[in-house]
Amino acid sequence: MQEFWKGFVGGNWQNSIDVRDFIQKNYREYTGDDKFLASATPRTKNLMQKVNELFKKERQNGGVLDVDTTTVSSLTSFAPGYIDKENEIIVGMQTDSPLKRSVNPFGGMRMVKQACEAYGYTLSEKVKEEFRFRTTHNDGVFRAYTEEMRLARKCHVITGLPDAYGRGRIIGDYRRVALYGVDRLIEEKQKDKINLANGDFNVETIRQDEELFQQIAFLGYLKEMALSYGYDISKPAKNAKEAIQFTYFAYLGAIKEQNGAAMSLGRVSTFFDIYIERDIANGTLTEEQAQELIDDFVIKLRIARHLRTPEYNELFGGDPMWITEAVGGMGEDKRTLVSKSSFRILNTLYTLGPSPEPNLTILWSNQLPKGFKDFCAKVSCDTDSVQYENDDLMRPIYGDDYAIACCVSAMKIGKQMQFFGARCNLAKLLLIAINGGYDTTTNVKIGPQMPVLEDFSYENVKARLEIYIAWLAKLYVNTMNVIHYMHDKYAYEKTQMALHDTNVHRFMAFGVAGLSVITDSLSAIKFAFVTPIKNENGYVVDFNTTGEFPKFGNDDDNVDLIAKEITHKVITELRKTPTYRNAEHTLSVLTITSNVMYGKNTGATPDGRKAFTPFAPGANPMHNREEKGALASLNSVAKISYEDCRDGISNTFSITPEALGKTEEERVNNLVNILDGYFKKKAHHINVNVMNRETLLKAYENPEDYPNLTIRVSGYAVNFNKLSREQQKEVISRTFHECL
Amino acid sequence: MSVYNKIKGKIHSFQSLGTVDGPGVRYVVFMQGCNLRCGCCHNPDTWNLNDAKTYTAEEVFKEVCRYKEYFGADGGITVSGGEPLLQAEFVKSLFVLCKEQNINTCLDTSGSILNEEVCSLLNFTDRVLLDIKYTNEEDYIKFVGCKLSKVKEFLKVLNERKIKTTIRQVIIPTVNDSEENILRLNKIVNEHPCVDKVELLPFKKLCQTKYDNLNINFPFSNLPTPTEEKMKELNNLLK
Repeated sequence: MQEFWKGFVGGNWQNSIDVRDFIQKNYREYTGDDKFLASATPRTKNLMQKVNELFKKERQNGGVLDVDTTTVSSLTSFAPGYIDKENEIIVGMQTDSPLKRSVNPFGGMRMVKQACEAYGYTLSEKVKEEFRFRTTHNDGVFRAYTEEMRLARKCHVITGLPDAYGRGRIIGDYRRVALYGVDRLIEEKQKDKINLANGDFNVETIRQDEELFQQIAFLGYLKEMALSYGYDISKPAKNAKEAIQFTYFAYLGAIKEQNGAAMSLGRVSTFFDIYIERDIANGTLTEEQAQELIDDFVIKLRIARHLRTPEYNELFGGDPMWITEAVGGMGEDKRTLVSKSSFRILNTLYTLGPSPEPNLTILWSNQLPKGFKDFCAKVSCDTDSVQYENDDLMRPIYGDDYAIACCVSAMKIGKQMQFFGARCNLAKLLLIAINGGYDTTTNVKIGPQMPVLEDFSYENVKARLEIYIAWLAKLYVNTMNVIHYMHDKYAYEKTQMALHDTNVHRFMAFGVAGLSVITDSLSAIKFAFVTPIKNENGYVVDFNTTGEFPKFGNDDDNVDLIAKEITHKVITELRKTPTYRNAEHTLSVLTITSNVMYGKNTGATPDGRKAFTPFAPGANPMHNREEKGALASLNSVAKISYEDCRDGISNTFSITPEALGKTEEERVNNLVNILDGYFKKKAHHINVNVMNRETLLKAYENPEDYPNLTIRVSGYAVNFNKLSREQQKEVISRTFHECL
Repeated sequence: MSVYNKIKGKIHSFQSLGTVDGPGVRYVVFMQGCNLRCGCCHNPDTWNLNDAKTYTAEEVFKEVCRYKEYFGADGGITVSGGEPLLQAEFVKSLFVLCKEQNINTCLDTSGSILNEEVCSLLNFTDRVLLDIKYTNEEDYIKFVGCKLSKVKEFLKVLNERKIKTTIRQVIIPTVNDSEENILRLNKIVNEHPCVDKVELLPFKKLCQTKYDNLNINFPFSNLPTPTEEKMKELNNLLK
């Protein structure tokens, strides 16, 4: 065995790029509890203190500390930057100074200009000049958009599309750099390129050939970037420190190159653990030092930033990067993938304090060891910083080396990627259908043109709605095809795709917003009395709803199955239109914080929701309509089928500590049982907040008293203070399951 | 028609997540109707036996089953109220069905009713949460409307049948927050080995709006909630 791999068990991973095989042959499962964990060293505390001061300055400066308006972000365009060079163990940052943001106009120039202006800067003439004769992704998309696509965007029936910014949601297998070194990765890509040359050349293969060229070039830049920090990453990592450093460099390269919406990390902790355990065994590393390595790595992730516009923040509040790290889960051989480093990475929420990033995501299985389940529940109760996703549901589909992009999007690491597609507004679609192809909030005629609906029987409304779902589905797929064609053409993810197999499986991820609003609205039409109220032009602008009707969130099949039926209908219709690069159609029920914006653009609905008020986030029941307690609400959401919604079903759950149990031990036990139960019901995802509404109200009034208040919102966590006032109010108004 | 479809229970409400009424995660059924009028009652809306929806035991059981996955090793169903013993036959039918499915059953009661039906219900009860509201007869007569001796008689039956029992008492400042009260409570506990847990609950006034809405006088509305220190002090006296 070569020197850097000394002590590892060999296998197929040596012959081809196969990180999973390396992990399976070499990792040590850990089934104990959290007692072995070390606390933060004085060095870590000092460094984190410096970072906290920078965070404070960033807040005081209106959310952005500094912007370099003259240097376009790329792997090698910035000189090395440090927080405190002598005291950093893991090095590397996006620009030459911490929290300084760079400009990245490849996605679109307009967004960059606006973002600079929003924070009091002006984009330099130099950058404008550099891009004068370049086509950005955004330019390309708008050259090809049809009139109808523009209208759908304008009336907000499809919103948040990645047509003016980086699409993200691609996870490079950053571990490959540590395990193999860059030279080997280049070698393999060159082989793939040669193999391609042996076949016929057509649109597909020529594109692939050029992409391979770009991938190889950027692997070269990655080496150059690491060298500027004094590291040679051409060969594999020799120890734990190098394994973490090399993996981080690979991730850093990706976020320097791309400013995608979600730039997720993957599943690195148990991979790191193999190196850590090897070093501990040969006496070159202590537990305290192991925690320091992870702490320092996580500090780097916490200072990652992209420059965004205020409009973007409206959709994705809180300045997130979605540096999602999947932790735990089970292996196909029934051993758990929980290692001591799964604990160590969660422990950063204590050593460094609560934080929204990295977006720590527990892959929950009923088979997880008790010690780990208990620790996760304790971390949730203490920090509100983690989310849970159902490993027992995903593992049969994605195997045991998948990760989560963004919030809830599962994919095999290095083997699958997705084309991100934001979401369509189902509540608005219902109103457009009722008005026969007219949106009353923007006065836009769109979709099939018909008379305004007169007969409000359930069957009639449903039949009308289905016509419009079919219409929107086709438009949505075609719009996405334009976007991703152009993104591949003008802003291809060279570093990230270099860290994938050459032949990748692609998903095209569609989404819906306002599911509980349309569900309750249809329930009202079915079970209560709904009378439309028209404006002077004869369009329906409000509803008079009288009588009782079952509401989503009470474990009542009469209404819950409507939600299930709608998502099934939407994905079925989407599948009818072919996708760019033959991507597999998937669907998510996830809003991020855009539920506020979607609501703001949507008129009154038959469920009694007032015009322009927020939707519930993700797949959540509407706020405060749950009458039978927390588990009934969870049961309702669990009924939405993961088969139909392969891109994830997000649920955010807030409960007061008192309602979860009387003592810490009881709260931990009860939360474990709730998670076990929810996931046995085949639910997909849950954000857990254990807190009182009063805390949020206080933070709303006196933000300076709560600088690090972290709260899970919809598939991710945010620092409460970074949300807009509107988003904060919506979070406060959500259901808190209380003890009466 | 089976007995489980015949007997109907008058039910106030359901709570799908209960974590404070018995061990673990519990589905809680609040029965309608109460024979007592305790001064500290936080559910005055459950008193009147007449205004309630009715359900068969089978219907409620089917509801409970929807939550089985959450119960884990300790959780299950808790029937509270109101006073569940007023509808002992219905609760028994429900518990029989639950026990057939291995669902842990818990009864939250004042222990003021003891008859054949109640005894039969106890055969299917895994745990009793017994409210001993005060530790002397005077307070019972003054603030509850039944005799302490009656409750003790009930506890004796639980002890004979070795039914695991949690004793609960709401601590109300100036009424029962004295050391002597806790010492008397200790004595009762020690005489009954079936009691494996004692919970002192701080008196709360969140229910004031319920009283106002029902136009009923809340007799303890002028009393404060006990301080955390007080609760700690009294808890330390427990043994």
